Amino acid sequence: MSEFNSDAYLDMQLLRFTTAGSVDDGKSTLIGRLLYDSKSIFEDQLEAVHRDSIRRGNETIDLALLTDGLRAEREQGITIDVAYRYFATPKRKFIIADTPGHIQYTRNMVTGASTANLALILIDARHGVLEQTIRHSFIATLLHIPHLVVCVNKMDLMDYDQITYENIKSDIYKIAGKLKIRDLRFIPISALKGDNVVNTSKNMDWYSGPPLLKLLEEIDITYDRNLDDPRFAVQYVIRPQIEEFHDYRGYAGRISGGWFRPGDQVTVLPSGLQSVVKTVDVFGNSLQGAKVTESVSIQLEDDIDISRGNMIVSRDKQPMVGQNIDLMICWFNEKPLKHGGKYAIKHTTRDVRCIIKEIDYKMDINTLEENTSDKEIKMNDIGRIRIKTTQPLYYDSYTKNRITGSLILIDEATNETVAAGMII
Amino acid sequence: MNSYQINHLRELENESIFIMREVAAQFENPALLFSGGKDSIVMVHLARKAFWPQRIPFTLAHIDTGHNFEETITFRDKLVEELGARLVVGLVQERIDNGEAVEETGYNASRNLLQTGTLLGTIETYKFDVALGGGRRDEEKARAKERFFSHRDEFGQWDPKNQRPELWNLFNGKMNMGEHFRVFPLSNWTEMDIWQYIYQDDIDLPSLYFTHKRKVFNRDGVLLAWAPFMKLKPTEEIIEMDIRCRTIGDISCTGLTESKANTLVDIIKEIAATRVTERGSRSDDKRSEAAMEDRKKEGYF
Repeated sequence: MSEFNSDAYLDMQLLRFTTAGSVDDGKSTLIGRLLYDSKSIFEDQLEAVHRDSIRRGNETIDLALLTDGLRAEREQGITIDVAYRYFATPKRKFIIADTPGHIQYTRNMVTGASTANLALILIDARHGVLEQTIRHSFIATLLHIPHLVVCVNKMDLMDYDQITYENIKSDIYKIAGKLKIRDLRFIPISALKGDNVVNTSKNMDWYSGPPLLKLLEEIDITYDRNLDDPRFAVQYVIRPQIEEFHDYRGYAGRISGGWFRPGDQVTVLPSGLQSVVKTVDVFGNSLQGAKVTESVSIQLEDDIDISRGNMIVSRDKQPMVGQNIDLMICWFNEKPLKHGGKYAIKHTTRDVRCIIKEIDYKMDINTLEENTSDKEIKMNDIGRIRIKTTQPLYYDSYTKNRITGSLILIDEATNETVAAGMII
Repeated sequence: MNSYQINHLRELENESIFIMREVAAQFENPALLFSGGKDSIVMVHLARKAFWPQRIPFTLAHIDTGHNFEETITFRDKLVEELGARLVVGLVQERIDNGEAVEETGYNASRNLLQTGTLLGTIETYKFDVALGGGRRDEEKARAKERFFSHRDEFGQWDPKNQRPELWNLFNGKMNMGEHFRVFPLSNWTEMDIWQYIYQDDIDLPSLYFTHKRKVFNRDGVLLAWAPFMKLKPTEEIIEMDIRCRTIGDISCTGLTESKANTLVDIIKEIAATRVTERGSRSDDKRSEAAMEDRKKEGYF
């Protein structure tokens, strides 16, 4: 950014992506290159990493030291937890959720994937598709990440051979069929040499697609969220106790689906009462309309009793309402899931409780097979279960809406978040 | 940008407002930690937006080392009056006076570390169950591991290796009596985002952020403001320069930037061209590789 242009800057979009791959796949090198080439690494950070690398006896700068923020991580040379990194180009701001490859793999990748628009999956061109590639692709699909970009890395070590790349591509397509991946793309790269990362590679003229950074800048993310089915989970009721706004009663929240505009015919759940949207406000401005992910305050024409946890929805596109719910879950806790156990739930802005009614199967995430004989769901396991909730939930399937289709389970004794759930 | 898209500053704003409303809904007695710096000023702005036209449902809490830039305190008091908010001040001096804390000595003496005790004391005294902070993940590598909702045990300690997973927009603020939460709505913002947002929303800042003449001295390559309590080494001399603050903290550890920037656009250009992080000039972070992690574990901001 040589000359600051405020209008151009205000035109930037935000893209969140996760990276998957083990250290050996060159993930840190790739992230390091994106950060470095976009000038997002500062001199003092680089100096600190350089000092550390020398102290550890490394010959080259170890870019992983940039993301490994905790003492224990640096000492053991491993990444324990998701690390968030930020960089920007004149077109987009990027948030990378960098997830570690080994320890607590599922838990970390699921966490990073939950808010991502895109997943980068790295494959070492020398080794092709491995068990972990299947695992990464499966989790990305399970979390319904809209875009999947497979980077076939270390092409320089394979003499930039097109056949190697094409073979890996067709292996991935075989898995993709099983997984129902929506938007799948491939790029042959060398993170180390910089081929197809920021600039188009001169070594692979047989590849006609964009380099990675260009793809990240241009991929269309407009329809990644549900713009069709209006949902508004009430978060907080604004009732100013001041003269000027004596009658103001605003329902504050972040739109979880579709659009809301003045005049829209709505239904309030659970009461089922109907009303019409009067205003959609942000800080004193009444808007013509607002859409999914925007934080607003909505006023209705009628005085209805509405509180946190209620949901305002479109009258003709209503969500499902029910107490018996089927879920895919990822388990995060050392204490395994208890069949018949009771847990607290957070879903949209609601707190309810549930009982585990059924464990259908456990997923083998390396082979993608459903295991119906061993149903013990332990730390980092994924499975399908059925729960019954104390109160009805207003929900959509996770594939239709990632906001109204997701929930977390909480252990009531320890208050820990023990599982992520995706409603089927 | 068409109407289906949202610019990245609005996207960050939507997220931060959501978090602030969650705090108001999930907790009984929230505090917003206010230092008078740009991040906490942005926090207050977001809180106003989140609850308009209602007053912000947070008590402002200032942990005061006593070594302030005068402009910060003037700005703070004016803002509090405008908001009609409640302000509580935790004084580091008070703990020194009654013997609960011991002042550091030597040239690099700072009250930075002493803030932790005062912060925890203030949380306990006023029975705050949550404290909102303006910390950002891009500031420092230990902060990069921080959750939006960060659990603290009854000693105020942070356990970075055993944090609750945080997914989607579902924030778990459940805890036992005596424990509390720290919540960081600006987690995903960068220094550049903060400045761009201040520009976009035309947010008022203390004059310290813009160029002004000040008596300073150079210590190990960092420009520090001169004040009566600052102890100078024999080789250090006081000179007057055109400077501005890139961050505002306690006088004893806030490095100043030589600059002639006197508008937000000038500042943004300066940040875009700069090659050092803003904490690169904070001597409190330079003490060791894990300085921030160690302080945070004990209950620092």
